[in-house]
Amino acid sequence: MTKTIRALMGASAVVALTSGAFAETITIATVNNGDMIRMQGLTADFTAKTGHEVEWVTLEENVLRQRVTTDISTKGGQFDIMTIGMYETPIWGKNGWLVPLDDLPAEYDVDDILPAMRGGLSYDGTLYAAPFYGESSMIMYRTDLMEAAGLDMPDAPTWDFVRDAAIAMTDKDNEIYGICLRGKAGWGENMAFLTATANAFGARWFDENWTPQFDTPQWKEALTFYLDLMDQAGPPGASNNGFNENLSLFQQGKCGMWIDATVAASFVTNADESTVADKVGFALAPDTGLGKRGNWLWAWALGIPAGTQKEDAAKQFIEWATSKEYLALVAENEGWANVPPGSRTSLYENPEYAQVPFAKMTLDSINSADPLNPTVDPVPYVGVQFVAIPEFAGFATEVGQEFSAALAGQQTADEALAKAQALTADAMDAAGY
Amino acid sequence: MATQHSRSAARVMMAPAVILLLGWMLVPLVMTLYFSFKQYLPLRGGDLGWVGFDNYVRFVTSSAFWPSIQATLAIVGGVLVITVILGTFLAMLLDQPMWGQGIVRILVIAPFFVMPTVSALVWKNLFMDPVNGLFAHLWKSVGATPIEWLSQASLPSIILIVSWQWLPFATLILLTAIQSLDSEQLEAAEMDGARWPSRFIYIILPHLSRAITVVILIQTIFLLAVFAEIFVTTQGSFGTRTLTYLIFQRVLESQNVGLGSAGGVYAIILANIIALFLMRIVGKNLDA
Amino acid sequence: MARAVTTQRKTLNTIIAWVIGLVIFFPILWIIILSFKSEGDAIRPPLEVLTSSWTFDSYAVVQERSDYFKHFVNSVTLSVGSTLLGLIIAVPAAWAMAFVPSKSTRNILMWMLSTKMLPAVGVLYPIYLLFIRLGLLDSRIGLVVVLMLINLPIIIWMLYTYFKEIPGEILEAARMDGATLREEILYVLTPMAIPGMASTVLLNIILAWNEAFWTLNLTAAKAAPLTAFIASYSSPEGLFYAKLSAASTMAIAPILIMGWFSQKQLVRGLTFGAVK
Repeated sequence: MTKTIRALMGASAVVALTSGAFAETITIATVNNGDMIRMQGLTADFTAKTGHEVEWVTLEENVLRQRVTTDISTKGGQFDIMTIGMYETPIWGKNGWLVPLDDLPAEYDVDDILPAMRGGLSYDGTLYAAPFYGESSMIMYRTDLMEAAGLDMPDAPTWDFVRDAAIAMTDKDNEIYGICLRGKAGWGENMAFLTATANAFGARWFDENWTPQFDTPQWKEALTFYLDLMDQAGPPGASNNGFNENLSLFQQGKCGMWIDATVAASFVTNADESTVADKVGFALAPDTGLGKRGNWLWAWALGIPAGTQKEDAAKQFIEWATSKEYLALVAENEGWANVPPGSRTSLYENPEYAQVPFAKMTLDSINSADPLNPTVDPVPYVGVQFVAIPEFAGFATEVGQEFSAALAGQQTADEALAKAQALTADAMDAAGY
Repeated sequence: MATQHSRSAARVMMAPAVILLLGWMLVPLVMTLYFSFKQYLPLRGGDLGWVGFDNYVRFVTSSAFWPSIQATLAIVGGVLVITVILGTFLAMLLDQPMWGQGIVRILVIAPFFVMPTVSALVWKNLFMDPVNGLFAHLWKSVGATPIEWLSQASLPSIILIVSWQWLPFATLILLTAIQSLDSEQLEAAEMDGARWPSRFIYIILPHLSRAITVVILIQTIFLLAVFAEIFVTTQGSFGTRTLTYLIFQRVLESQNVGLGSAGGVYAIILANIIALFLMRIVGKNLDA
Repeated sequence: MARAVTTQRKTLNTIIAWVIGLVIFFPILWIIILSFKSEGDAIRPPLEVLTSSWTFDSYAVVQERSDYFKHFVNSVTLSVGSTLLGLIIAVPAAWAMAFVPSKSTRNILMWMLSTKMLPAVGVLYPIYLLFIRLGLLDSRIGLVVVLMLINLPIIIWMLYTYFKEIPGEILEAARMDGATLREEILYVLTPMAIPGMASTVLLNIILAWNEAFWTLNLTAAKAAPLTAFIASYSSPEGLFYAKLSAASTMAIAPILIMGWFSQKQLVRGLTFGAVK
């Protein structure tokens, strides 16, 4: 460990020499997730190494997205670095709004970035944002409840198994719900989960002519399956549950299974926050035997808006925050389990990290997601749990609201699908497809 | 009394306010009108040319349009009814002699100081959460199944949150009005044997009519713009998508500025219809 | 002549009023209570929450994560600044309307109010573009102007109603004594309207303090007030009731305390001309 630190100090001395003369203050917009909050706490290390100061604008995900999208599309220039996702990066990169990250120094080792992440954050082969952490989705389950139900979770279960297990684990009188799934409306909330799940059921958003596909039997099967399952084994108020709500339920021991982002693994196994930290098992997201698993691919990444005056300082920050050394720094302060996951191959080759219980399953999940080939039938778009076109966030959120209302029992699956079909078609028409 | 001199002085004195407000109205209005006739998609390169009335047609023919008008009217109407009725009651109560009147008044007006974002966050999480919220605990303690407030009773929940914020305002204005009521008049009526309901209907209510008008007028302006409460709680799901929220979705979520601007023009029209309606019904109380 | 009230009636009034008052105030009280609890205790049933131990931890965590003081200073600057600027512009206008009324006075007043009806979300892009052009993004001065414009109609209306109540003879007397218009406003009118001005100021500080759309969308790091501070607590990971409560308490406490100390002024002046 000390060797790493010494190497770090050496490297920083060089950086300080080359850039120390122009100490600047950069403004970074970021999301209020745990890993980013941790990064804020470690800013002093960056300032010590480069002399640059950082001003943080930390916002809730929806507010952040609204804020940075307005700013970048009007060239407002309020931020030197923006925290964006795998959805925004290729679209913005294509518009020429982001500074290409094609001149990263050799010691940054850009080839170490997981190929899936690098691909998703590039447009036309050029990297436009560096992954801070990456994730797929997987099943997190309670080993004790699974055992009590007399079941054995396979590494790669089917949806049928998951349904049966969820029903068997449910004990509503004691507030144990067999399965917690996202129901809160939003393209990054319930629609991320449902789109990925629909992929496993052979459904897709659009056919090759960009015609919406909600009127197909596959979508009906996927949605009906989800609604029935949540009805029998889900928690109350599921139509308002997103990632955070489910995390909180799982940590309180109220969920038997939870299918969600792989990053949640470090929170549910953290004994400080979770009452079930030592009773959690992991498995790949379920399939239905059609060849696609319902697991998504996502990265929170740091990008530099084109036109910023502080491009060099911003690049230095990205090199710091997404480097191998940053991972080592977090490991030293908080332990390996709390390192931002899913961005670098070397992390998964590190023997110390291999001891983290969810490391292997996270990597397997990430590797099994294929954004270029997300569905059973061919599609004209890129993205597992989203469609990488600018209009998607808008109409997917509205579709999500229809599905959420169906989950709340306010309309049937058929009604929700019919509305989804109509409004998607309308939105595509407005966008000129 | 007003001389020619004072008239021109008055004009000069009003000029800054009028010019500023005219600018604050015209600049956005003109820009909104301009964008509303454009295909303007920031994520697809911005200005894609003139499209005539396409955006206007698309905005009203969307299946979300009429429900959004209904949701808007339900929230504005619901909150007005609750705050005016409860506000009148509270104002009359607070006008009565009691111990600790000052403290009670402080307790009652406190919600007005809470910023809408905070109030929505707190109601959503601390109270209406179906698992850990206070209401859920209360329901469970009597053996009932907790209500999923924000999905099963979404509109009433939002009306409740907004009413909680605006009740103090209504109460304050109505209280000041009641305090100016001539108590001798009431006593005389009491002597004459007028019972409480008739005293309320024939003396108190007419006296309050002007204050009620003011409450309705000011609150309507603010309630039409309710946004944070919906953004934080349901994000427009479960029938709580108001016109304001629909415009937000078009402009920011769908990144269709032209379509959203057309929606903005409709919102102005709706606001003016409501304003006209209010003037007709209650405006005569307001002759300045 | 004081009305004779029986003790019984007074007791009944007291009980009903206190119960209602406490019910209305309870959500705020609950925020404050939870802010002093640990995350684990904050989600327990109400009675267990009350008997669990108290802690300042959440405040420490919140302060460590975001600089409260910076946001607080911005909130004060924006709300006080916009109110003062509004007063400077509104006083002459309200004076003119009240003492030199014309046929169009009422229409002008209504028109001013109607400028508040343009939905903010619909004009975000135009205003944002304008702010870029003027270099006002993330500047306090830009927000002070916007908040002033939003509240100006309310300020004018309130002042107008107070001024109208002042008898014109006094002003005429002052004029006879040779007071200029400026002196008339500064030394005669303003002192008489102080109670009304006080409540105008208070109401507008509250409205500006709580404005959450423009203050969030037109700021980044420098000018962000407490509304932006709270925007990072709406959905943290895991248990967050205590942190949310602590951040909420910090965001509303200053204005709540100000409101309490000045509630007499606020109550006295908040009439909007509703009282004849």
